[in-house]
Amino acid sequence: MKCAAQSSDKFRNGCLTLLSAAAFAALIWWAASSLDGYKLRIINLIAINAILGLSLNLIYGMTGMFSLGHAGFMAIGAYVSALLILSPEQKTTMWILKPITPLLLNIHAPFVVSLIAAGLAAAIFGCLIALPVLRLGGDYLGIATLGFSEIIRILITNLTPITNGSLGLKGIPAHTNIWMSYGCLAVVLVCVVRIMNSNFGNVLRAVRDDEIAARTMGIDTFRARVLAFTIGCFGGGLGGALMGNLITTIDPKMFMITQTYNLLMIVVVGGLGSITGSIVGAVVVTTMLEWLRIVENPVSIGGFEIPGIPGMRMVIFSLLLIVVIIFRREGIMGMREFSWSWFFRTGSRGTEGGGQG
Amino acid sequence: MTSAGAPVLSLHGVTIRFGGLVAVSELSMTVPEGGIVGLIGPNGAGKTTAFNIITGFYKPTSGYVEFRSPEGTRRITGLPPHKVCEAGLARTFQNIRLFQNETSIENVMVGAYVRQRGRWWQRMIPLLFPGAAREEEEIRSNALALLCRLGLERYAHSKAASLPYGAQRRLEIARALATRPSFLLLDEPAAGMNPQESAELLGFIRRLRDDFNLTILLIEHDMKVVMGVCEHIWVLDQGALIANGAPDEIRADHRVIEAYLGKDAADA
Repeated sequence: MKCAAQSSDKFRNGCLTLLSAAAFAALIWWAASSLDGYKLRIINLIAINAILGLSLNLIYGMTGMFSLGHAGFMAIGAYVSALLILSPEQKTTMWILKPITPLLLNIHAPFVVSLIAAGLAAAIFGCLIALPVLRLGGDYLGIATLGFSEIIRILITNLTPITNGSLGLKGIPAHTNIWMSYGCLAVVLVCVVRIMNSNFGNVLRAVRDDEIAARTMGIDTFRARVLAFTIGCFGGGLGGALMGNLITTIDPKMFMITQTYNLLMIVVVGGLGSITGSIVGAVVVTTMLEWLRIVENPVSIGGFEIPGIPGMRMVIFSLLLIVVIIFRREGIMGMREFSWSWFFRTGSRGTEGGGQG
Repeated sequence: MTSAGAPVLSLHGVTIRFGGLVAVSELSMTVPEGGIVGLIGPNGAGKTTAFNIITGFYKPTSGYVEFRSPEGTRRITGLPPHKVCEAGLARTFQNIRLFQNETSIENVMVGAYVRQRGRWWQRMIPLLFPGAAREEEEIRSNALALLCRLGLERYAHSKAASLPYGAQRRLEIARALATRPSFLLLDEPAAGMNPQESAELLGFIRRLRDDFNLTILLIEHDMKVVMGVCEHIWVLDQGALIANGAPDEIRADHRVIEAYLGKDAADA
């Protein structure tokens, strides 16, 4: 009896998931055909930030490694993807300070291949960095990863024959459309959900909660941490590549520490260790950052002209962040996850409450 | 007393120094297969340090530890903790160390990970690797069965941190059992228990040994538990072995009384 009920629940949840995915696809179709470019860009950014947030959450929230290096891995992804996509003609005209390395000149790959290559390159770099750095823990790890991310950025600035230095890369074809970004988000989401629902996910959370106990239980915690870090870096590279193809221009300044802070905000506001939280955080933080631009516009109150103050939105945003941290430290979702049974439980509890009242 | 088998765990002249402090000195002891053996001593005698040496958290300054498993006898000194666990030694902690944010069943499943053959990436594409998916279903149902056997089934889906104290202690044992050990080290299993609970613990430890074919080494301060369950007792004081023998012999041993109660009491 109980088993039958469970399997029918499973069936219902599967149907609901399919239905909502279809509804979401319809929504994207509608958005792609009727929204203007500015709104579309924000919607794309939400998906990319969700990918980046999920990958950082895998490192920080779920495995408990405080990493401040995500911007560096994004940079690697963005550059690898751009170098693969740009045509040889574009490359020869763009490298004006020093000629491009002949090896890179003729490499060319389709967009999807470049995305995978971007993720892999970031993952390999992440793994190399992880081997020495993950022996550290806590704040030390944060500082070490921050340092590595800066090293990556400075290398990119100075390796002119490969990266065109501080001039950056321009005219990257705008391959990232709403289908592409949400398709990638769907793949990343499914992968992260599967990892975290598997026993390996339990192991990652165990390493976060009590590393000594995890080692005693036969877990090679160093290997688990390196793996989680590497997977997270893959996501970082993928997100960076999508970002580059959305904005069509990349330069080393894009990948400064502020970029990591934005991602950190998404993860912390959404809820450390919650997949749902990272998605919610990406939506909230991305839209807020755009919406708050209105406070930078000049306003007139009762004949008083207040000129627009650039950077004002960051002041307000930081204040909002402080409020979130003070009143809801675990973020919007905490460590909880959305699930259909949770959805129906809270729904029925609501009706029960109504019946009693 | 059950017949003592051949030694499964033996320490040979194990010494560990932390700076100038000799925490354990020249400790040689054996634990027979299928036995329940106690390691006792006053506070600071070096009991937990000895546990940490056996389980690979400390590397002894000199001496070594040998462990006999079905695969053969091997030196486990110098192996990292997860390899020691893989060899078949599991332990619990004096101050409970559960994975607080995970449910009971997840805690136990983590214990089973050391014997899991499927790889993490196979779980991302279950259609291609049905074997890995099936294995994990098995791990889940085994974990649930283990929880049932230890009377924890109603906490299966509660967070470990929310369990009552006694249940947390049992969950820690369940998690250790999930690694399928042949040897179990219990660090003060009766700590914080009331007299009735510790009386129940005696039967519980014996059942564990019989049901899971274990050899058990335990550290304990509660003398009722130690005398009631252990077949052989080793006594440490200030890092050195001062006595060993059956519970009755230990109870009457002059040096043990002196170590616990002082010279006057021993002479009286």
